[in-house]
Amino acid sequence: MSEAQKYVWKGAIPLQIHLHESEVTTLPPPPPALVLAPRIGYLPLLISLLKPHFSATLPPGVDTIWFEYKGLHLKWYIPTGVLFDLLCMEPERPWNLTVHFRGYPSNLLLPCEGEDSVKWSFINSLKEAAYVITGNCKNIMNMSQTDQVDLWGSVLNGNLESYSRVSSKLKLETFEDEYTENVDSASTKSQQSTGDAEAVGQVKTSRIPVRLYLWAVNEDFDDFEDAPVIDNWDKVSYINRPVEIHKEDGKYFSLNDAVKRLLPEYFPESSFGNEGDASINQSAGEEGENSCDPESSSHTVEIAEIKCVRIQGIEPSLEVPFSWVVNNLMNPEYFLHMCVCLKVSEANALQ
Amino acid sequence: MDLKEAVKDKIPWDGTLPLNEFSLSASTFSDKWKMFNHSFPPWLWNPCPKHHLNSSHKVEGYLSLENVCLVKSCEEEKNHGSLSWKAESNISQAEEPFDHATLVCPEFEANHYDFHIVYSPSYRVPVLYFRSYYSDGQPLPLSEIEKDLPGHSAELLLESKWTFITQEEHPYLNRPWYKLHPCGTRDWMKLLLSDTYTSSNKNFIEQYLVSWFSVVGQVVGLKISLEMLNIEEKKLFETTASDIFE
Repeated sequence: MSEAQKYVWKGAIPLQIHLHESEVTTLPPPPPALVLAPRIGYLPLLISLLKPHFSATLPPGVDTIWFEYKGLHLKWYIPTGVLFDLLCMEPERPWNLTVHFRGYPSNLLLPCEGEDSVKWSFINSLKEAAYVITGNCKNIMNMSQTDQVDLWGSVLNGNLESYSRVSSKLKLETFEDEYTENVDSASTKSQQSTGDAEAVGQVKTSRIPVRLYLWAVNEDFDDFEDAPVIDNWDKVSYINRPVEIHKEDGKYFSLNDAVKRLLPEYFPESSFGNEGDASINQSAGEEGENSCDPESSSHTVEIAEIKCVRIQGIEPSLEVPFSWVVNNLMNPEYFLHMCVCLKVSEANALQ
Repeated sequence: MDLKEAVKDKIPWDGTLPLNEFSLSASTFSDKWKMFNHSFPPWLWNPCPKHHLNSSHKVEGYLSLENVCLVKSCEEEKNHGSLSWKAESNISQAEEPFDHATLVCPEFEANHYDFHIVYSPSYRVPVLYFRSYYSDGQPLPLSEIEKDLPGHSAELLLESKWTFITQEEHPYLNRPWYKLHPCGTRDWMKLLLSDTYTSSNKNFIEQYLVSWFSVVGQVVGLKISLEMLNIEEKKLFETTASDIFE
């Protein structure tokens, strides 16, 4: 348990939660609830605090809790801290949210039937992470009942000690320590020990579970206050793709390298060494050759620039080794969640 | 064959499809589908993300087959794993029920289905996503979808609901869809195809989706024409979905 991990687990977002006016049946309306929501937790879990606060005023009926921020419904299976980092780039303290207990938007949002749904989503993500890291879900499927209960309990209660005890049994370490070589998957490990792999120069890869929330903007801005607002989930690209680490990456594979490797469509040079596509961005040149029309002799190339990478509420220097970022800033289900803002602009390329 | 290729042959195939081969496999699948499954509309390729980018980069995407109607079939047909599907069309009533160009969906009794084949970079396999709705656009609850599935699928569903059909957000469309959980795919694809695998067999990669769909399609009652499979696969095709899933 590093200092950084302790900070992450203690991290919380102060929320000011207002009941939607359509569900207020009393006068005066109830005051908003002030809640400290754990970063690594999930919004529906706050129902135990919110229900008592608002129950006197709710209309009769069945309660299904959901949240919105400035009209945008919040995806409940995304950790609270990630939602805040993504939607509130200029941090609002407290963060003003609206809660609903009725009118669940089931055409837009996955159903949530309380703690069980959140727990199921968490375990499912953990299985996916385990699959990415080890190639199978066995260690999760084989967890004892007690361990499962303890693991989920430790996340619910924000208990890092208890979590570390149970999670270490899962053997899902991705990087041995901050600056060493990567832990290979089981099959390549055995080949390594016989020396066969070395002899034929096989590339060893590790895969790191990452969820990247990408937000691309065309205009420049100095402060996030002036940034265009995310008022629609279609403005965010959800990239659920593992980072592939290659043997030749060496010890100092940085956060910058990892982000670029995840976005080959924006950073084509970085895809060299990835499976397949070594043809870098030739489009500009090819188009230039094909269009003989003198009118179109200048052509545009798109340039992407990383404006911001926010993880657990901080913006680490992009030169930090990626291994450190993963080991210290990942969420309990072994996914590293990154909010990335990209500025994409067109530039006229010279022939 | 260089050293790298020689090494690849030594390593047994793990049942997965590499990301950069998905679009090739997808186009082979949709071409063959067009050739051999005349009663259905074609699968369409949807590139993603939609924003314009460096056009030379291989575009990500998924396959879609939308608005196929499930005609209520009798119990006996369902137990044999075959369902009757018809494609939506707004031309006149037909006498030949399987000619999709001239059929109208009976509005009062048809459930509409959309199918998407999306690649999962985590599991490195294709995943079948689907959703169902009534003619008025209202989504079907899972309990109704279960009634639509062929007999053996419904049993599997009852036994292990959480690990078979799950409801998740579509990776690109920001809406809830159902999907067939992919965690076992690699294992049964290995069972199905490892005899025919060699790294130099390009045809193998192209056939991946066809082979995959020959199993997965059965789960949702979409039977592909056996002509789509090549000779080796036809021999292997004694397995049913339930054998594989058990």
